[in-house]
Parts: sequence; structure tokens; C-alpha cells
Amino acid sequence: MSTVSTPSAVARPRGPLLSRLTGGGRRRQVLWLVAGIFVLVSAVRVISGEEALTSSSTFAAALLLAVPIGLAALGGLFSERAGVVNIGLEGMMILGTWGAGWAGYQWGWGGAVVGGVVFGLAGGLLHAIATVTFGVDHVVSGVAINILAAGIVRFLSELIFIDNPAGGGAAQSPRLSSRPPDFSLPVLSSGPDLLGKLEDLQWFLISDLAGLLRGLTSDVGVLTVVAVLMIPGSYLLLWRTAFGLRLRSCGENPAAADSLGVPVYRLKYVAVLISGALAGLGGVFLVFVANIYREGQTAGRGFIGLAALIFGNWRPGGLAAGAGLFGFADGLQLRSRTAVVALLLLVAVVLVAVAVYQARRRNVVPAVLALVFGAAALVGFLTIDELPPGIVFFTPHLTTLLVLSLASQRLRPPKADGLVYRRGEH
Amino acid sequence: MSVVRRIGLALLAPALAIGVALVISAIVIALIGEDPLAAFQVMTDLGDTPAQQVQSIVVILNRAVPLFLSGLAVSVAFRMGLFNIGVEGQYRLATILAAAVGAAVTLPGPLHVLLIIAVAVVVGAIWAGIVGVLKVTRGVSEVISSIMLNFIALGLASYLLTGPLRGSGEGASIVTTTPIAESGWFPGLNGLLTGLGLAEPRTELYGFLVVAIVVGVAIAVLIKRTRFGFDLRATGLSPSAAAASGVDARRMVIRTMLLSGAIAGLIGMPDLLGDTHQFGTEFTAGLGFLGIAVALLGRNSPLGIAFAALLFAFLDRAALPLQFADIPSSVVTIIQGTIVLAVVIANEIARRLALRSAERAGAAATAPPPPDGGGGGGGTSPDDGPDGGFQNRAGQAQGAQA
Repeated sequence: MSTVSTPSAVARPRGPLLSRLTGGGRRRQVLWLVAGIFVLVSAVRVISGEEALTSSSTFAAALLLAVPIGLAALGGLFSERAGVVNIGLEGMMILGTWGAGWAGYQWGWGGAVVGGVVFGLAGGLLHAIATVTFGVDHVVSGVAINILAAGIVRFLSELIFIDNPAGGGAAQSPRLSSRPPDFSLPVLSSGPDLLGKLEDLQWFLISDLAGLLRGLTSDVGVLTVVAVLMIPGSYLLLWRTAFGLRLRSCGENPAAADSLGVPVYRLKYVAVLISGALAGLGGVFLVFVANIYREGQTAGRGFIGLAALIFGNWRPGGLAAGAGLFGFADGLQLRSRTAVVALLLLVAVVLVAVAVYQARRRNVVPAVLALVFGAAALVGFLTIDELPPGIVFFTPHLTTLLVLSLASQRLRPPKADGLVYRRGEH
Repeated sequence: MSVVRRIGLALLAPALAIGVALVISAIVIALIGEDPLAAFQVMTDLGDTPAQQVQSIVVILNRAVPLFLSGLAVSVAFRMGLFNIGVEGQYRLATILAAAVGAAVTLPGPLHVLLIIAVAVVVGAIWAGIVGVLKVTRGVSEVISSIMLNFIALGLASYLLTGPLRGSGEGASIVTTTPIAESGWFPGLNGLLTGLGLAEPRTELYGFLVVAIVVGVAIAVLIKRTRFGFDLRATGLSPSAAAASGVDARRMVIRTMLLSGAIAGLIGMPDLLGDTHQFGTEFTAGLGFLGIAVALLGRNSPLGIAFAALLFAFLDRAALPLQFADIPSSVVTIIQGTIVLAVVIANEIARRLALRSAERAGAAATAPPPPDGGGGGGGTSPDDGPDGGFQNRAGQAQGAQA
């Protein structure tokens, strides 16, 4: 007796002002939220005087770092929509970086793309064999793949890169023999560089917007554009085609899908293979950033991708927003350690807003907690000049944790996500 | 008959897995143009003289002690269907804070050691407790939150080491905390070895071995013989059934994570108290991740974990001799990774075999009377929670046999 649950697109009644602003449903709400956050960041930039907060170079770095996270998250989307939890994304990404480094120094950037994707694919195949064919618990298999991947790349590096005439060693590859092409948007970001001039004026909001646009349009790799286009592409594939419907049905109710003739095992295999290939491609991008393969290059970005997927409620648009957020946190900590301090002011404002919201709903404990942490963040902003590198390093991870603990309860994972499906056992 | 079968099935999976891992490793070694048999000989060669052999065994035992504790920490959470992947961060943070406290005070012998251990246990428990609290109150998956807390703990540890807790001078190549005074050292067991008539090894055998054994026995008793352990296993096997019989699942999550983290806090202690006496950039890393592998290999039972820890320690020791023999020492990591993957697959196959034979036995027993008799729970279908996976099934396999 299962009932079909309707999506909660119906706007709940709020105050008169709020309902007028957010009257257009969920999409309009999200738009307002994004715009509000941007205004807030801009205000924080003006107050703290940290130009790096919204400079085009920060946004460019954010895009560069968001792409690997987004690709990993996209990989997770395919696999989890088909009902296979993929903790092994990190391992597949590691395999991808090595594959890209190995193929890249021999055959240039095109070879690197193919090499990374093939190595990621191999990791996905392993995960699919373990989880789909043998019915091993998904998290266990993923953890094993992460351990195994680290061992394999170390082994291969010791085997191939040590004593290699092209350079490299036990922990890194020789340099790539060619770089992928990139371009800038004419007039706006190159030549007259109108956006650059606008950005230098340091006007409230306008310069910040110019910084954002310039960061996203100057020296953008062709592959980055392809990667960004994969987000709407995945949406169309998963939500607008028969293949996508069948794949998602494997993640919601595999037994019912099976009874309707959907090849559940085969689709799960396909999904996990795509997942591995995308994670591997994410690794390729990391190699492109450094122009070399280095051990530990992924630094947990596969895991952050997984977090971005969860943050994005297992939807392409949401995961892109999550990847953008974590990419921004990561880019900021790389650009300027002092700018991270300015983030504390942002956190303080947001937490005070949460406190007010919770207090109005008479949730005393969360309100007090939010207020205390908000005050602590404000004190931190006023007293700290520069954060030490050890602390700055985990900004993206802390952001992930904070965002998840604020947002986790509203999320809806695929219904059969993580369940082992055995034909005839259900 | 039933007992023999059960033991046979329990041993079948690990034995099968190790066999498969050896074959795959042999293929890998052969592919790079080395002789697999020669490599395995290098790995199993403990030394020519009795003194060398004792030395090798001490090295293996010293490595096995932290691995055992790590596997134990992971397995306690596993038993309840929780994945504590954050053991790595928990023990790193616990060890550096314990080292700092230990260096800051001087107390009479046993008290000093106890204080250091207590600090480590409390820090580990708190760090793991965050994961539990976030899961219960905010619904954050413990897998993600423990991974994120790993990175945060590693960052914090590196900040503490290079900042406020730095003990070594400026410009030193290895940054460490201030060394702990001798009253805070844990006595070794070499006296026991020589007392047994063995040659004196060059390295001191960690006295913490005794503590690890005590902790292992205590956890085994706790899980098998107490109300808490029963609730824990019941929640792991079927969260809904446990909740229906009055187990407070939220409290169990937090208590289990606290316990797991407390054990994780101990992982760094053997090395800290028995050998280095200070935390530094060179302090043993990666024990938390290996602990996951050890727990899987040991099928979450303390005795199994002890054997798994010994096996992994044995493989780790082989890394250096392999290097001398010009074989990439990362072969060891590959063998370990393959063992883990093979063991989880073998566990799954063994579970299915057990289930099938139980179903057959159940069908045979219930064939004459009407089928409502229920053949010893043989026909239970594996209906798991989203996370309960591995342990649920391993548990059902055993339950179905009983």
C-alpha cells in the first residue's frame, strides 16, 4: 500500500512580505537566497577591506577548484541515483590523477584526459563488481577501494616514474608535455578588459559582480566549459530521458523496476562506471592545475564531492551550488589567509540570523547556541589578523560540516540508496 | 557438527581472501619481472640467528598493538552499523594533546602514565562524540562528518604542533612537542623475553601490549555479556526491532561513538609511551585507515582483529627487506588492499552459503508439519537499514546457524 508522495513544491505560508518576495515557489526562493548571500559577501568585503574576498582571481581559483569537486559530485550523482553509495570516489579520483599524469607526460593533455578517465573507470568497475555482482556493503567496498587505490598509484609510481629519463619520482610524475587550451571572453575580460576596470573601482556590489564575472570568463579552459556543461547535460540525461528514468528507478525501488523489465544489474553497472569515469576526470583537472601528478593531490576532494552531492540534495543544480561553495572556500584559503578571517564576519551574521529565526520559533536551545557561536565568530573576526596555515587548510572541510549540520534534515536521498539489491531476495 | 561447520565457515572467508590476495600479488610481482616466490621468501624470512628472529617478532608485535586497538575502535562502531571512518583524526588529535599534557606535568610514575592515557581517551571520545551528536541531532551521516572531522583534526594537530605546542627549536628539520619526562614512560617487556630464555632484542617490546590485551578482553566481555553490548548488537542487527523493544537508539549512537573514540584515543599510546615520548611530524600516521581494514578482516570480533592486526604487522615489517631486495615495497600495500577487498567479497559469499544451508535445513525440518513452525530463523530475509549492511549480514549468517 505505498502512496505516491508529491514533491513539496507548494509554498508554505510565511509572513506577508516574505510570501510576496518568495511567491514564485522554490526556484525564486533559491534565487533570492543566492542574491542575499552575494550582497552579504559584498558588504563583508567593504567592511573588512579584504579585496581578495571577491576579486576575480579568487573566483577564477574557485572555479578551477570547484570543477574537480563538481565532477566527483556528478559521479556520485549517477551512482547514488542508481542506488549505489560511492565512498570510493576519492580512490577513483586518485586513480584518475595518476592515469592523467602517466598518459599526460607522454601524449599531452588529450592523452591525460583519456588516461584519467580510463583509470577512474577501472576503479568504478571494481566497485561495481564488488557491490552489484557480489553484494558487498557499499561503504565497505568504497573504503577498500580508497585504500587499494593509494597503494596502486604508489606502486605504479615506484615502478614507472623512478629512474624515468623524463623526470618524476616515487611521489610524482614528469611534467605534462602540453597544456590544455584556454580562452578569455573578448572585450569584457580581455583586450579592453571592461570588467577588470570595473573591478578595480572597488564599488559596493558592482565591483564584486564584475570580479565574479571576470573570474568566470578570463583564461577559462575549454575543458572547464565542457565540465560545467555536463551539469545541465546530466540533468537532461537523468530526468528527461527513458534511460534516466530507468536508472533512477533502480535507486528508488529496484524490485519494482525489475518487475517492469528494467535491467537493474546492468544499469547499476553503467551508473557506477560513469561515476568512476567522472571522478577520474575530476582527477585529470587537478593534474591540469599543477601540470604534474603529485601523490596526495586529491586531498580528500572526492569526499568533499560526496558532501556537495548530499548538500545538493542529490540534484545536479544543488550539487553544482555545493561544489561552487566548497571551491570558493578552497580558492579563498589558497589566495589569502587574511581573507579567511573576513569569512568569520560572514559566519557571525548568518548565525545571528539563524538565532533570530530560531528565537521567533521559540526554539531556545538552538537559538542560544547559534548566538553564542555567532558571538565567538565576531570576536574572532575582530581579534585575529591572520589564521595559521594548519587552520586555514581545513576551511572547506569545516564549511562542509557546518552547512551539512544546518541543512541535512531537509534532504531526501534516493529511497534504495545504499541497499544491496539481490534479485529474488526482496 | 554444527559447531565444526560454523567455525569452518568463519575461517573459510578470511582464508579464501588471503589466498586470493596472494595469487593477485604474485601476478603483480611477476608482471614487473620479479620472482614472486623469491619475494614471498623475503617477506617470510625473519632472520638467520635467533637474536634476529626475536627482533623481527618484537617489531611485528609492536606494530600489531596499535593496529589492534585501531581495529577494535572501528569494530565497536561497526557492530552497531555505524561507520567510524574518523579514527585517524581521533587518534592524531588525542596523541598530540596527551603528549603535550604529559610533557607539561611531572607526577610519580604510574600516575603520570595514567594521566596521559586519560587525556588521550577523553580527547578521542569527545572528537568521536561530535560525530554522534551531529548524527542524532542534525541527521548528518556519520560517514561524511567523520571524514570531514578527520581533515579538521589533522589541520588542528599540524597547527598545534607548529604553533603553541612546539617543543623543538627553530630550524629543526623534524618538528616535535616537548619530550615527556621519564616518569611518564611505559615500561617495556624485554625483561620478560630474556626471562623466557630468548635473546635480548634491540628494540624494546611495548609494555602497552598488556593494556591492549586487557582492553580487547574487556570489549569482548562488554559486547557479549552486558546489557549495553546486547543493545548494541541488537541495534546493529535490526534497528527497528531494537527500538521496538525499548532501546533508545539516539543514546546508543552517542554512547557507541564515545566508546569507539575512547579506544581510538589509545592508538597512539604504545608508540608515544613506549618509544618516541613526543609527538612529531614523523609520528606514525595512517593507523586509523588501516584499522578499518583490520576490523573488516577480523570480522569485528576481538580475537579475529588480533589475528588480522598480526597479519598486517607482519606484512608491514616485510616492507624494508623487500626494499633491500629491490622490489617496490608498496607491494605490501597492494597485498593489504587486495586482502580487504577479497575478504569482504568472501564474507558475502560465505554468508550466502550459510544462508542457503540454513534455509535447506529449515525446509527439511519444517517439511512434515505445516510451515508455520519456523526452522530456527532460517528463512529470515535480509532486511537491512541503509548503513547496517555489512555487520547485519555477518550477524545474520551466524544467527542463522545457531
